[in-house]
Formats: sequence, C-alpha cells, structure tokens
Amino acid sequence: MALKMVKGSIDRMFDKNLQDLVRGIRNHKEDEAKYISQCIDEIKQELKQDNIAVKANAVCKLTYLQMLGYDISWAAFNIIEVMSASKFTFKRIGYLAASQSFHEGTDVIMLTTNQIRKDLSSPSQYDTGVALTGLSCFVTPDLARDLANDIMTLMSHTKPYIRKKAVLIMYKVFLKYPESLRPAFPRLKEKLEDPDPGVQSAAVNVICELARRNPKNYLSLAPLFFKLMTSSTNNWVLIKIIKLFGALTPLEPRLGKKLIEPLTNLIHSTSAMSLLYECVNTVIAVLISLSSGMPNHSASIQLCVQKLRILIEDSDQNLKYLGLLAMSKILKTHPKSVQSHKDLILQCLDDKDESIRLRALDLLYGMVSKKNLMEIVKKLMTHVDKAEGTTYRDELLTKIIDICSQSNYQYITNFEWYISILVELTRLEGTRHGHLIAAQMLDVAIRVKAIRKFAVSQMSALLDSAHLLASSTQRNGICEVLYAAAWICGEFSEHLQEPHHTLEAMLRPKVTTLPGHIQAVYVQNVVKLYANILQQKEQAGEAEGAQAATQLMVDRLPQFVQSADLEVQERASCILQLVKHIQKLQAKDVPVAEEVSALFAGELNPVAPKAQKKVPVPEGLDLDAWINEPLSDSESEDERPRAVFHEEEQRRPKHRPSEADEEELARRREARKQEQANNPFYIKSSPSPQKRYQDTPGVEHIPVVQIDLSVPLKVPGLPMSDQYVKLEEERRHRQKLEKDKRRKKRKEKKGRRRHSSLPTESDEDIAPAQRVDIVTEEMPENALPSDEDDKDPNDPYRALDIDLDKPLADSEKLPVQKHRNAETSKSPEKDVPVVEKKSKKPKKKEKKHKEKERNQEKREKKKAEDLDFWLSTTPPPAPVPAPAPSTEELSVNAITTLKDECEDAKTEAQDEEGNAEGQDQDKKSPKQKKKKHKKEKEERTKGKKKSKKQRLGGEEAAGEPVQNGAPEEEPLPVRA
Amino acid sequence: MIKFFLIVNKQGQTRFSKYYEHVDINKHTLLETEVVKRCLSRSNEQCSFIEYKDFKLIHRQYAALFIVVGVDDTETEMAIYEFIHNSVDVLDEYFSRVSELDKMFNLDKVHIILDEMVLNGCIVETNRERILAPLLILYVRKLKGSIFQTTWIYRKC
Repeated sequence: MALKMVKGSIDRMFDKNLQDLVRGIRNHKEDEAKYISQCIDEIKQELKQDNIAVKANAVCKLTYLQMLGYDISWAAFNIIEVMSASKFTFKRIGYLAASQSFHEGTDVIMLTTNQIRKDLSSPSQYDTGVALTGLSCFVTPDLARDLANDIMTLMSHTKPYIRKKAVLIMYKVFLKYPESLRPAFPRLKEKLEDPDPGVQSAAVNVICELARRNPKNYLSLAPLFFKLMTSSTNNWVLIKIIKLFGALTPLEPRLGKKLIEPLTNLIHSTSAMSLLYECVNTVIAVLISLSSGMPNHSASIQLCVQKLRILIEDSDQNLKYLGLLAMSKILKTHPKSVQSHKDLILQCLDDKDESIRLRALDLLYGMVSKKNLMEIVKKLMTHVDKAEGTTYRDELLTKIIDICSQSNYQYITNFEWYISILVELTRLEGTRHGHLIAAQMLDVAIRVKAIRKFAVSQMSALLDSAHLLASSTQRNGICEVLYAAAWICGEFSEHLQEPHHTLEAMLRPKVTTLPGHIQAVYVQNVVKLYANILQQKEQAGEAEGAQAATQLMVDRLPQFVQSADLEVQERASCILQLVKHIQKLQAKDVPVAEEVSALFAGELNPVAPKAQKKVPVPEGLDLDAWINEPLSDSESEDERPRAVFHEEEQRRPKHRPSEADEEELARRREARKQEQANNPFYIKSSPSPQKRYQDTPGVEHIPVVQIDLSVPLKVPGLPMSDQYVKLEEERRHRQKLEKDKRRKKRKEKKGRRRHSSLPTESDEDIAPAQRVDIVTEEMPENALPSDEDDKDPNDPYRALDIDLDKPLADSEKLPVQKHRNAETSKSPEKDVPVVEKKSKKPKKKEKKHKEKERNQEKREKKKAEDLDFWLSTTPPPAPVPAPAPSTEELSVNAITTLKDECEDAKTEAQDEEGNAEGQDQDKKSPKQKKKKHKKEKEERTKGKKKSKKQRLGGEEAAGEPVQNGAPEEEPLPVRA
Repeated sequence: MIKFFLIVNKQGQTRFSKYYEHVDINKHTLLETEVVKRCLSRSNEQCSFIEYKDFKLIHRQYAALFIVVGVDDTETEMAIYEFIHNSVDVLDEYFSRVSELDKMFNLDKVHIILDEMVLNGCIVETNRERILAPLLILYVRKLKGSIFQTTWIYRKC
C-alpha cells in the first residue's frame, strides 16, 4: 500500500502543468484536437485525485483550454472544490476558473454561497478580494440576494482595496437583485466622498452606470457630482462624471447652464485628449438640451468646433476619427458652424483610412445646401471613380443618393443634373445598390413632372445600351436599373423621341437573360410602348408603320412566352394573344389604337408610403385570419387524422379577439412574409409603385415650373453630369442678375435707402429649376413613427428604476444571515472610516441611517428645494435658507464654489481654475490669491505637462504603502 | 463599461480573453474570430476604433500581439486606448518585457493583473505598484529571460 502511494506521488511529479500543456499544444500543431482530448482525459484523471494541489493544477489547465474555446462546464464541481481550498494559491485558481466558466445557468453555483461568504469575511484582504472579483463574474440573483448584506458591509471595510471592490460589485448585485438598491444606496453615496480616490472612482463608476439608465432618480446628486467635477483631478473620474452630466442635462436644462462654464474651462485647460473629447461631447449634449437663452451659446459652440478642428487636423488617425464623430453631433443642431469647415471634411475624404472617410461622409450628409450640393456630389463622384474596395464604393453611392434625396430633394435645384448623376452611377461595376438607383429614378420621374421628358430620353439611352449593364455578370445588382428604365420608358412613352427604336431595344433576345422580375416589367411596358406607337401611326395615317410594329411584337414576344419565370410567361402569352388579335383587326383596317391605349389610360399619382393605412378596412375583413386552417406540422397526420378538424372548431373563437392584438398581428405578418420569401411559387411584390387610377382634382393646382429648355434634350450617348453643373451655374447667374435688376428697380423706387446691403447669395435665393410634387406624407393616427420602439420590457435596467429619495421601510432591509448578529453592519470595521470622516466633515453624520427615519419626509422636500435652489443661478446666493445640519451643506458648498468660480471667470477669463488642483480649498479668497499664484500656476502647468509626457504610472512614488491607496491621484496618461 | 478584453497574436490565436459579461462558450470563438478579423485587417495608418455590432472595439498592436477591448458607448475611446497601453506597461513591468510566451505560460498571472485593473467592466486601478502588489506577494517578480522557470513561493499562512 505504502509503496503504491509513493508510486502515485511520483507519478504526480510527471503531471503536466500549464506550461507543459501549452508547449504540448504548440508541438502538436497537426493533431491539436486529438492532443487536447488526450489532455482532457488526463485532467479528468487528475481531478479524481484527493490531492488538492493536483486538482488545482488540473483546473488551471482547464482554464487555458476554456480560453481556447473548449467547454469545461463538466468540471464545475471540481472547480468549486478548488475554490474552497484553504491555500490562497489554489483558491485563486479555483476562483479564476469559476469566473471564466460559471454563469447563471451553472446549477452547482448555489453550493458556493457559504464558501463565498466565508471568503468574504476572511481576515486576509486577498481572500476577500479574490472572492469579490470572482463574484463579479458569476453572481446570480440567488447569490446576490444572499450576499448583498455581506458585500454592503464590505463597502465600509478598513482597507480601501476591499472597499473599492465591494463598491463595484454592488452594481452587479443591484442588477441581479434590484431590491438591494434602496437599502445600499446611502452607503454608496457616502463612498462618493471616500478619502481614497480609488474607492471614490469606483463609486462614481457605479452611480454613473446606474444613472445612465434611469437618470431622473439621480438628479438630486447633481450638486455632489458638480463638486466632484470641480475638485477632482483624476481624469478617469472626470470623464465618468462628465458623461453622467451629459445624461442628466436633458432632464434639467438649468443644470446645463451651470455646466457650460466649468466645462469650457476644462476644455481650455486640459491637455488630456480623452478628457477634452468628453468635455466637448457633453458641451454639445448640453447645448442640444438648451433651446435658447444662453448668452455665450455660440461662443461655446465655436470653441467646440475649433477644438474639434484641431483634433481632425491632427496627424493621429484616432483623434481625427473622434473629431469627426463629435463633429457629427454638433451638426444635428448647429449645421451652420460645421459648414464653415467643409474644406477640412472634404479633405478627410482623401484619407487613407476607410472608417475616417465614412465618418466624413456622414458629416457631408448634413452639410449640403442648395448652393454646395453639386460641388459636393461632384467631389464624391470623383471618389467613386477612385475608390478601390466595393464596400466603400457602395457606401459612397448610397451616401450620394441619401444626400441628394434627403428631405424630399430639398437641395436639388436641377433635376436634369440629378438624373444624369444617377445614370453615371449605373456605370459602377459590381455595386449591390442597383435597386437604390432604380428606386430614385422611378421616384424622380414620377414626382417631378417637368423632368419626365428628359428622364425618358435618358432611360431609352440606357435601355439601348442595356447590354453594357447586364453583360458581364447576370446577377449583377446594377441590372435593377433596367427595371426602372423600362418602366419609365413605358409609362411615359408619349415623351419618347423614337419609340420604335426603344421598342426594338426592349425586345432584343438578350433581354431574356435578365432576372425574371425585370423581364416581366419589360413585357408589360413593351405593350405600353406599342400602344403609343399604334396611336401615333394611326393618327399619322401610316397603317403600314402600325402593322410593322405589330409584326415586330408577334415575332419577338414568343421568346418571353418560353421564359422559365412564371410571371414573364403568363404576361407574355396574354399579350401575345392580344397582339395577334390586333393583327387580325389591323388586317381588316379597323382602327385599334384608341382601344389599346385605353388599357393604360389614367394619370399616375404619387402616394405617401403609409397611405394604405388610411384606407379603411372593410368590416369583417381580416387579412390575417386563415381562410383554411393550416395543417399543423408538428402533429403527424397519420396518428391523429381527425384532430385537425376537431381543433379547428376550438380555435375559431380564439381568433376573433386576437384581431385587436397588434403584436400578434405583427408577428403573424412577419411570419407570413418569411413564408412568402421562402416559397418559390409566391410571386414577390415588385418594388414598383402602386398604380392608382383615380381622379384627384388636387393635382392640377400644384405649380409645375416649365423647364427652361436650354439643354439639348436629345443626348446621343450617356449623359455627363458636368455639363449640367455648368448650365446650372449659368442659370443661377442669370437668375441672380434678374433678381439684382428687380432689386435695383425696387431700390430706385425706395429711394436708395440701403445701398450698403450687398446682394449675398443665400440658399433661399436659388430657385429650383423643377419643382417636386411633394406628397405630404400624412400619417394615419395609428402609425406614429415613435410607435415602434417602445421600451423593451425585458430590459434588466428597468428594474433599477427606483425612487431613491423615498424613506426606507423596515421591510426593505437587506436579508441578514440569522445565525450572525445583525450588528455586523455596525461592526468596528465599518465605524472606523466613518469616524475618520467625521473629523473632517462633520455633516457626514447625518448619513447615518437610523436618525434619518424621523425627519426623512421633511428632508425629502428640502432636497427638492435644494436642487432648485442650487440650480437657480441668481448671482448673489442668498444666505443658506435654514441652518439645517443636513444635506444642505453639500449644496451650499457647491454654491459657494460656483459663485466664486463665476466671479473668477468674469474677472479673468483665461486664468481658470481648471488646471489648478485643489483650488477649491482656497476658494474663500480666490481673487486675492489668484494674482499671486498666476506665475506659480504657469510653472505648475508646465511641469505637469512635462510629467504627463512620461509614461503612465511613472510618476508614482515607488515606496508608497501598497494597500492603503494613497490619496494622490493618477492623472490619465496623456499623449505626448 | 468594458465588455471584453482580448489578447490575440497575428495568426489570430487567442492568447488571453476575459469577458465581463457572460457570453456563451460556443460563441466565444465566433466572436473572437470576427473581432480579430476586423482588427487584423487594419493597417497602422488606420484609426484604432471600430464599430462592431452594438459595441466599439478599440485595438492596439504591440509587436506580434494585438490587444482588443470591446466597450459599450459609455466609455470614451481615447481613454480605453490609453488604458490598453497602461495594461501593457504593467505586464511589461512584471514580466520584464512581456512576450507572447509569457502570456501563454502565465495565463493565471495575467488574469490576476487584469483583475486588479478592471473589475466588473470598470477600470479600478491604474497605479502600477498597487496593481502588482497582490501578485508580488504570491510570486517574485520574473527575471528577464527566465520564461520557463518560474519560482513558486507560496505565501506563508
């Protein structure tokens, strides 16, 4: 026996450790999977051993395998065993494995509760630390409930190392067990003013995260955060706080007003790019939330834009990217100030980095005006030609279309130019966005009546050169354009110069290689064209010409009849018969044109996208109800043949009430779409606009400007958009001259009162050459745009939407282990820091929970008033309303700080407190001290900059006590 | 909030991964390959931020190693960018010029270091000394060149 044991332990010596495993995997590159499965077998053997060291080693290896993507959930119990080892080295390995592999679904996790509790209360801070770290990864609702009180106790631990971890874990606990938020919140708030910066930063992190989800509950903390913001020099914390303010300002505009100044100060003073960026971001958010009433409103915007320009001009790509990102936020509310930097943004389009180019494109979207649209698009077109990757080129293409079509073609003054741009875009190879171009062509041709003639001429040219588009790759997205071209030529065939020529182009044999839905449109529109030709010829009395056209149809249509596409086949055979009939009639010299064109009579009017919803649904019509109950798939028919009919009767009554159930309807609709998409026999709805033959008397009164026909309408080849740019410039010039003339006349009449006002060409001055028939998209009541995105009911953060100012009821206290004394929460551990703080700031004592209860209600009211008071920016702050010994002091402090700062800034705008640490200590007499310190400060900032150039952490004193986080702060590493 | 922290080599092999929100193990590999593909395709001339699904990726290259951090929109890209450097700094300090092998052979130690720096998706510590303190109590600092022999000094309990 003894020999066996010795032998066993000798064997253990040859166990692989982690290094061996890693090396082994590297040496078995060919049969890695086999080697690993072999290793896992070994590990399984090792886990069966009693020796904890062996187990820990095995678990350590498992952690590595887990990282490689192997499931180690089978070893969960062994991991728990290792977690409960008494030796820290092993315990740590266990916790590490647990944190990597455990999750809410791990069933053995409930076994860990007591072990974790034991570790949390361990005398060694590292035991506690490792338990907390592990817990953060795998806390479950049950664990959160059971351990909430323990963790809350740890938030007041003597060691900052534990305190900061406990504070951070609380966030996860809140998420999993929302009931714990209210009891724990006072203590969390207390931690915002912890003497240790690490703990403070942790508390800021947690509260910021909480407040981001439900900002309104945390508005009352604003004064406290404001104080932190003006006093803290830790950039990590500053960034978090500033972000938090960004979330709070939309709820309280007055807060925004207060923030602008310190933020602009920070922007001026900071040298950390990340902080600068965050400040700019928040200033933007603040300015968005403030509608008006800011005196230096434009000044701060100008400052932001200026700083962003510096970022964008930087050679560092990261800064450039962020600059553009922030710029796009300004653009939404202050497009004017961004537009002045058009040059810079256009320059970014030439950047080597694709993501920067994409950002610049986003910006351009908002920057266009009537004046610069053509120029910008021209620039983009050159980029389209240069672009290498198809994805980027596609992005450019969509952006061009987006830019042009935004807000009902608001910025397009010349639609001929736009059509020619679209046609130019069709020359792109391998684009996926053929349908987009097609949709634009259709939209413009339908809605801009004046352009139809031009559009038709262009489209017929396109059809003529269709072989160029569809030649190389059949499934090429660009052939979608032909869909639009064919439809436009057919629908508006009266504008065609040479209809016969186009007819022939559309009947070429090559057409049969196009996708089915395009062929179908071809077939349909060939008839329209044909009807038009018949009419022309008959009117001209050329019976032969008409017969020739008929013959052409009869000759060519059979190629479509043979089509494999059902839609094409059906349409073609119908039409073929029709044409044959016409041929017979023509042979008898019967005039047919009138009747044939009657097939396509009627004016086509654009309809708003959601107009269908306006049409009342006939009573009793439920399109979502089954006509015949479908056979259910899940039940096999052989077994229960009758059940179908039986259930049908039962189900029926259920269907009725569900009609009102919107969600259900939406779901079914979705399912139906899905089914249709997968059903090869279902004819998909083509994107062609709905045809509606109706007499709308309202169309005639829409003013349609006649085109100034200075453009040769018959363009032989494919058009060049450039020529339209020139023409447009000429047109504008003419327009301007005319206007000037008119103005002069007026001026003469008025007697030259304002001769100094030079005629400046603004956006409004440019009248569009053609007008868009704008369909006011009336939204039916039940189709509000905001309808869809309601809050997700499953949002885990919703549960944390808790009013934190309400007094705490006894029932809400955290569950405490019974066998343990409830006094634990007031153990000396906790009291120590409180006492410490007391000596520094006596107001802290009111945070103590118990005394609160009685005057809670009172204080609540006060709090609200407090915030109001703090927010009202009346310059001479009234003496503190009541010498209340409670929370007031906090805000009072903030007020004084603020007031002084205001004066400060007023007297000397450039000398800001932002770069002077600890200035709030001597805020009592900033004016006197300031001048004295001016030189000092300058030196200090210089020194600071230097030290910041060092690598991070370099400035820390090496000999400082390790565990007790010294209160000195680490500035964010700054880019040298 | 930081969602995950990855260290991968140029071949796209994961050398270290830490998720701060549970991701199913089967999706790890998929996510990692997707993320790595995006990062590896970037050149030095390109910026280090990528928008991927609903989070932002911030990546930085150190010789043959890429460090990729996925964050949600509450983090500032630039700050995380600096944080990556900070973490490499700390690893460098501990391993005396950290290499890929260091990370593979001492995965657990890298975990300890990172656990000290990031907790629950929040950056908690950036001070080098304080980060390394718990680790130095467990193990002596590694000496240069001694990758393969680790001196294990157990804590005296």
